[in-house]
Amino acid sequence: MNGLYEVDLTVNGKNYQRAVDPRLLLSDFLRHELNLTGTHVGCEHGVCGACTVLLDGQPIRSCLMFAVQANGHEIMTVEGLGTQEKLHPLQAAFVEAHGLQCGFCTPGILMTLLPFLESNPDPDEAEIRHAISGNLCRCTGYQHIVDAVKIASEKLSP
Amino acid sequence: MAKIIGKRIKRNEDPRLLTGEALFVDDVSIPGMLHAAFLRSDYAHAYLRSIDASAARERPGVIAVITAQDMGDEWQPGPPLVSPPPTVKDVIFHSRPQVPLVKDKVRHAGEPIALVVAESRYIAEDAVEDILVDLDPLEAVVDIEKALHPDAPLVHEDLDSNLAAHLIQKRGDYTAARAQADVVIKRKIVIDRGAAGAMENRGIVADWDAKSQHLTVWDTTQAPIPIRNGLAARMGLSESQVRVIAPFIGGGFGPKMMMFYPEELLIPWISMKLGRPVKWIEDRHENFYATTQERGQVHEAEIALTKDGRVLGVSHNFLHDSGAYDPYGLTIPLNTQSHVMGAYDVPNYYSDLKVVFTNKTLTTPIRGAGRPQGIFVIERLLDLAAKELGIDPVEIRMRNFIHPDAFPYQREIIDQAFAPLILDSGNYKPVLEKAAAMIGYDRFIKEEGPRLRAEGRHVGIGIVSFIETTGVGPYEGARVTVEASGKIRVATGVGTQGQGHFTSFAQIVAEQLGVGIEDVHLATGDTSEFHWGTGTFASRGAVVAGNAIHASALVVREKVLKLASKVLEAPEEELELEDGQLRVADIPSMSISLGELALLANPLRGAVEPGTEPGLEATAYFGPQYGAAAFGVHALILEVDPETMMVEIKRYVVVEDCGTILNPLILEGQIHGGVAMGIGNAFYERLVFDENGQLLNASLADYLIPSATEVPRIEVGHEETRSPLNPLGTKGAGEAGTIPVPALFAQALENALPDFNLEILEMPLSPNRLFELLQEKEREK
Amino acid sequence: MKPAPFDYYAPTSIEEALSLLARYGYDAKALAGGQSLIPMMNFRLAQPAVLIDLNNIPDLSFIRGDEGGGLRLGAMTRHAQVEHDPLIAERTPLIFETMPKIATPQIRSRGTFGGSISHADPSAELVAVSVILDGLFRLRSQTGHRWVPAKEFFIGMFTTQLEPDELLTEIAFPPMQPRSGWALMEIARRPHDFALVGVAVVVNLDDENRCYNARIGLLSVGDGPVEANRAAEALIGQAPTSEPIKAAAEIAATEDIDPSSDIHASAGYRRQLVKVLTRRALELAFERASSIPS
Repeated sequence: MNGLYEVDLTVNGKNYQRAVDPRLLLSDFLRHELNLTGTHVGCEHGVCGACTVLLDGQPIRSCLMFAVQANGHEIMTVEGLGTQEKLHPLQAAFVEAHGLQCGFCTPGILMTLLPFLESNPDPDEAEIRHAISGNLCRCTGYQHIVDAVKIASEKLSP
Repeated sequence: MAKIIGKRIKRNEDPRLLTGEALFVDDVSIPGMLHAAFLRSDYAHAYLRSIDASAARERPGVIAVITAQDMGDEWQPGPPLVSPPPTVKDVIFHSRPQVPLVKDKVRHAGEPIALVVAESRYIAEDAVEDILVDLDPLEAVVDIEKALHPDAPLVHEDLDSNLAAHLIQKRGDYTAARAQADVVIKRKIVIDRGAAGAMENRGIVADWDAKSQHLTVWDTTQAPIPIRNGLAARMGLSESQVRVIAPFIGGGFGPKMMMFYPEELLIPWISMKLGRPVKWIEDRHENFYATTQERGQVHEAEIALTKDGRVLGVSHNFLHDSGAYDPYGLTIPLNTQSHVMGAYDVPNYYSDLKVVFTNKTLTTPIRGAGRPQGIFVIERLLDLAAKELGIDPVEIRMRNFIHPDAFPYQREIIDQAFAPLILDSGNYKPVLEKAAAMIGYDRFIKEEGPRLRAEGRHVGIGIVSFIETTGVGPYEGARVTVEASGKIRVATGVGTQGQGHFTSFAQIVAEQLGVGIEDVHLATGDTSEFHWGTGTFASRGAVVAGNAIHASALVVREKVLKLASKVLEAPEEELELEDGQLRVADIPSMSISLGELALLANPLRGAVEPGTEPGLEATAYFGPQYGAAAFGVHALILEVDPETMMVEIKRYVVVEDCGTILNPLILEGQIHGGVAMGIGNAFYERLVFDENGQLLNASLADYLIPSATEVPRIEVGHEETRSPLNPLGTKGAGEAGTIPVPALFAQALENALPDFNLEILEMPLSPNRLFELLQEKEREK
Repeated sequence: MKPAPFDYYAPTSIEEALSLLARYGYDAKALAGGQSLIPMMNFRLAQPAVLIDLNNIPDLSFIRGDEGGGLRLGAMTRHAQVEHDPLIAERTPLIFETMPKIATPQIRSRGTFGGSISHADPSAELVAVSVILDGLFRLRSQTGHRWVPAKEFFIGMFTTQLEPDELLTEIAFPPMQPRSGWALMEIARRPHDFALVGVAVVVNLDDENRCYNARIGLLSVGDGPVEANRAAEALIGQAPTSEPIKAAAEIAATEDIDPSSDIHASAGYRRQLVKVLTRRALELAFERASSIPS
């Protein structure tokens, strides 16, 4: 069969039904089909981590999955985390610690950190660095990101 | 006393970026938009015999396939970006700018041969594979020393050789100095290529609206204004018909400054031809070929000293790899020459520069832009001299620093701005002392190091200094406006790629106009907002645009006070401007808000007095006489596992002096990021080309950008020597983190492996290379 | 970097998947976690005409012990699941130790055990580990099934015994022998990179504290998993002290391998790393074995 496929999925709590070309990458589907451009594309070979989103609560590389495969699943992107008026404590911590510069890698890092902090509510510096070692950042040198995570872990589980 | 400048203020722009609501180029979506992809050459050097795009054109969903032939008379090379320096005598320079599409000869792997436009990027890439290209491969020029052999193949066949440029600069008389020296040290130093590796690849969206005869271009460029001007000229439009927007950009680091990339000309061109918006987003694989690279140089360098370690002179003959074309002129190697004397008083200098064409991607500045190479050379030579003379590395630097009374210090050579290089100000010793104290240098040398070594551990310490020329002209401009809402609107021409301009520039304005930074809205990188200026590069944004904003804000402040004085019927000296309100001191009831004042300044009735302007707005420009020279010292302690050659950084210290600090939080972020990049340059990143000019590591899996576990916690100290060159007293700091790191690694690694008596004369390194060097030393024994 | 077009099928049972493989055979690729296949497709290095998505077949994902004390896993069991499973920790502790070293958490969310095995990257940890643990792989086709020992399964670089119409469905590991010790050590430039060199070992001590079994598997030194057989032989009958360990490490580095050079490591550097890591891995493995009472 070489036509379009029906997908039925939930993104940030909202249900979507679309017909897609099976080779359409999930990253492109989220960005261009659903107009959720917060998830960024840096490499399309699974190394940089900028495209990280949550699939059924687990962090995945959306550039290494086809949109058709997300059928029946739940996805969370950075747009589901908070709004400018009401930032998630993790996002607020990044503002406080200057944990971002150009902001391109940031959504992927946030989505990686969310499940990490849930299972590691009180991480030390080495653990934090290891947790984000699959997310490349070219601007910050990572230090302020680590500081942001420490602030966030305090806020989320004092 | 500054109220807002110098404060660690959180960034204005963060909430948008954190919630995914900031526009990057690939987020732009226009109805009817088409997508482009390029067929790029697999060979580094080849004749293009024929192209058959018929199958591609027939593929459903393909709108157009363009080759050089299809462009007809509209196919033109260039334009070159930077011409050679007119102020240096006897410069040889062969200008060979890049071409939009290969016409008869491929000169580097990845050079674009055909442009495909289709309904989607997916289909465009399918069509690229349909195109049949007949390429006749030629021997490639890869090694920069071999490129000048008489029988080397020619990258540009209309030239006699692969020499792109030849330039000699001198100061004093090196030969005489050498004759008087007690010690002369001569070495060959090799530095290899790396990439900028911004997380966002390049991209362009062009939208030609035939009805309004207007072209809008979104571009990941660091220089929207020159792009607009160049596009207008090329497309035969007036500048007012073209709007270039550099929205949020995912990291610049230099290559996004290069103009014009072939894609930057072709995408607007094809949009105009097709009458439809067209988008091209570079993918990561393309980025390794199509975006510029840097750093390849080979130096034969020499230093002459007295036995007290006083440098009498430095001389170096060096080759600089330009890649296949040279649109960026001599900027990078001029920077190298400007930095080979380091922070030191070197009375005699000789430099013979040859720029060489090779069959590789073109080189244009990447963070550091030739300065790291210069600093690597001088710091290595100094370290070797220190070893030979038995002088401590910190001591030998102290003995040679330019004295604080010697500023402004004339280097007597030409720099990248084509002007005589002058270092404006500096006070170097306290910075080195501070860094040495912070890392515990004396304690390490005397106690800690020997103790750990006795336990069998291979620990080493390094400490190096560097200067950085920053804040060059020609100029930037800014417009500051008080709006009826009471908020301030600022527009400037430079773009932003994460440096926090939205915040630091807001601080400059807030300082003068008594508002909070959240009330200052900054428009950058949009030619319809401001269209005079150059761009963000060479660590000049904060210095040059910042000072233009400052100048503009000062004029607006004057206007505000003058009008408020009239309205409140009080002399200007008695007025206070705070929290967006003008108040008469001690009479709180006599006040007016900035917004109300702005309304009064723009009346709907009455008359605006002759010789004045409506509103509370000013536009001002700043052009520095010359660039301000920042200074810094980096120190580190590392440990080497002698069995595996893996290196761990134990401590990393930076003390920087970039004059007045606008926002310490942002500055530290720049330093951290620069150091991380420097660590990459020193120990992880190297573009590996084979003898056919093929890039062997064109992916992020094989080109190793440091992750969070490779970068240590960095301790930053500050010293502030104000620059006399601008009212804010500030110097640039964007590249400072990167510049000294390779030299620092080299010193520390030698220090960690004293039994081997290593001499590290190359960059970048890796555990593998370290192993090879140690094996060579073993064999020598 | 967009993939070339393909026909897509998402079977919901093993039988359906096998029927599709029988029909499309050479033109088809089975899609497991996609963490190795999809990058190759994005680079267009792989352009399968047909993609058979295995991610909707629940029967392919399980972890259970067998009565003999061994372990069985379904081929589509995610790395993330194996990483946290107590049965894995108990019965195949070497695998348990290996899991966190595979790539990154994001990759492990999707990557599967069987996918890694079928891909047969010589740098993949699970490839070397399954060989030295004497894993058995169940290959099924529409016409039948066979069990292939791990050692025989891997033929060359990215090449296995899998026929075009066959699917790896299950992996079985035998129970550990008495007084087992194990270790996996790698050297990589960044934690999630493929190892420059990796060494996985399993050793067993008898009641007199002599080694009666040793297996040494190496990553990234050949076209497939390489066992340091001579080094392992040299350990048999020896006491777990530094001399025999060093000797074995030396043999592994000089006699058991013929590594090639690439942009990340020269052959000489790889030999050095094999020597060092084999020694360190054996030290740790023997320490673990010794701590088990006789």
